[in-house]
Amino acid sequence: MDKKLQPIVQTLEKDFGAEAREAFGEVEVVVSSDNIVAAGQKLRDDFEFALLSTITAVDYFPEVSPRFHIVYVFNSLSKNLQLTLRVPVAGENPTIPTLTGVYKNANWRERELWDMFGIKVDGHPDLRRLLMPDDWDGHPLRKDYPLGYEEPQFTFNFEEIDLSKPKGEF
Amino acid sequence: MTTPYALPEVTLDEIKHLVSQRALDGETVLLNMGPQHPSTHGVLRLLLELDGETIITCVPDIGFLHTGIEKNMESKTYLKAEVMTDRLDYLNTVGNNLAYCLALEKMLDLDVPPRAQAIRVILAELQRIASHLVWLGTSALDVAAMSVFLYGFREREIILDILELVSGQRMMTTYIRPGGLWRDVPVEFDDAVRNVLNTFPTRIDEYEALLTKNPLFLDRTLGIGKMTAEEAIQWGCTGATLRGSGPDWDLRKKRPYSGYEQYDFEVPTQTEGDVYARYLVRISEMRESLKIIEQALNKLPLGPVNSNNRKIVPPPRSEIGTSMEALIHHFKLWTDGFDVPKGSVYAAVESPRGELGVFLESDGGPKPYRVHWRTPSYNNLEALPDMTKGLLIADLVAIIGSVDIVLGDVDR
Repeated sequence: MDKKLQPIVQTLEKDFGAEAREAFGEVEVVVSSDNIVAAGQKLRDDFEFALLSTITAVDYFPEVSPRFHIVYVFNSLSKNLQLTLRVPVAGENPTIPTLTGVYKNANWRERELWDMFGIKVDGHPDLRRLLMPDDWDGHPLRKDYPLGYEEPQFTFNFEEIDLSKPKGEF
Repeated sequence: MTTPYALPEVTLDEIKHLVSQRALDGETVLLNMGPQHPSTHGVLRLLLELDGETIITCVPDIGFLHTGIEKNMESKTYLKAEVMTDRLDYLNTVGNNLAYCLALEKMLDLDVPPRAQAIRVILAELQRIASHLVWLGTSALDVAAMSVFLYGFREREIILDILELVSGQRMMTTYIRPGGLWRDVPVEFDDAVRNVLNTFPTRIDEYEALLTKNPLFLDRTLGIGKMTAEEAIQWGCTGATLRGSGPDWDLRKKRPYSGYEQYDFEVPTQTEGDVYARYLVRISEMRESLKIIEQALNKLPLGPVNSNNRKIVPPPRSEIGTSMEALIHHFKLWTDGFDVPKGSVYAAVESPRGELGVFLESDGGPKPYRVHWRTPSYNNLEALPDMTKGLLIADLVAIIGSVDIVLGDVDR
């Protein structure tokens, strides 16, 4: 582990009961969802992690608890450090608190979480779908959401496929 | 006749919290700009609340170019999924490949030979120049400077020809592969790149002669779309959008990859944080890129361009005819793919637009379990409402140009 990261990780472990692990030369800290806002605040204010690079999620379906891991990547411009935080979330009614109060750019990333994974974000100012159409069913990046295929239309199945195509006045 | 799909009806109730009370009272006008608008640089839709020509609020609506690349990559082997990475930011295809391969090489602990690293750097920098030329042309076109667009695209073609020379494709190259390159560069490569090195400095001077001190251009760009360094960082801006506001944050310098630490180059910054500052930063970046290319080309090492780990890198064609083992490796690689150890990494490169990061998670199998792209345009675009508040529509057009968004990069 990078020497400069050590005190930061230790503080997170002490204050938030976090659990650090290291793989491929990167440090990941697992934090509970109750503590993520406080941890983000601490990283920004005390350790100069001013840049929130990204928020994303990983779906471990068919695991139930935790089904999702929310991944936060923080960067410190002044110290040139990078730290990843992971928040395990249960599969039933997954909810995380919003980070928009600490990092402004969490706004779209959290909307994307809702859109793609169906993870609710408590306290988010504008939780609408971001990339998918407003009337879309389901959350595409979940592992139980099928990729979907379109059968090619040939002469032998022309009629059959034609029937399934949307028609009407647009 | 009824339609099988109910078209979504967006009522004022749903967007009430996004606009001011004056819009609800009917004092200000809500105007839809895009998604088919020539100056939104792709399919970006903006909902504008206007008082006369002044922007009160600007609500970006993205997703029109969402192609589900992250989901699609999960269903392909690592090698096949790489083809999709080109389609994200279609002006920085080499950089996308590079980010993906760096993430994979980190997980597989692959060594990349120095020659491959140097060629990667040369191509990434050529691509940066090509991308900046598109930005220069289109953003100048937005503020009514037509000729720069024509010159910019003329020069971009020279670079795309080099990409075609090495990979057979102008844009979607997939030339950088895990462990090295697809193949070595042809003999004409050196001359073609030298040609760029010889001609481009004067060409960049020409663009500058057309714009840098042009009073019409200055009127449209000076003091427009201002952002302080703190605001830019808060919005997650990177690249020239951030460097125009002061911080010299460049991953090539701060966290060197592919041997960038060997090259001597500056990270241009400006402090004003307006459209003009970003213009100056990108123009200087093109000159710095030329410096990097020249150094890399002058000391281009000889040797192999691929790691010799046959479990990941396909064997050369010549071996397949004579070695049974090579044939088996080839077959296994293109049918089953290779397994990647369990775990996750985040690898980032400096794309022409900023920090392009890949979050890659593996479950130990031959297909990526999860790929997430941290794309720079996404974050730079999110700052747009803040930059445009209180300005005119004409300024909005200049600002969209200056943050250099690529909608393929935003929507993925």
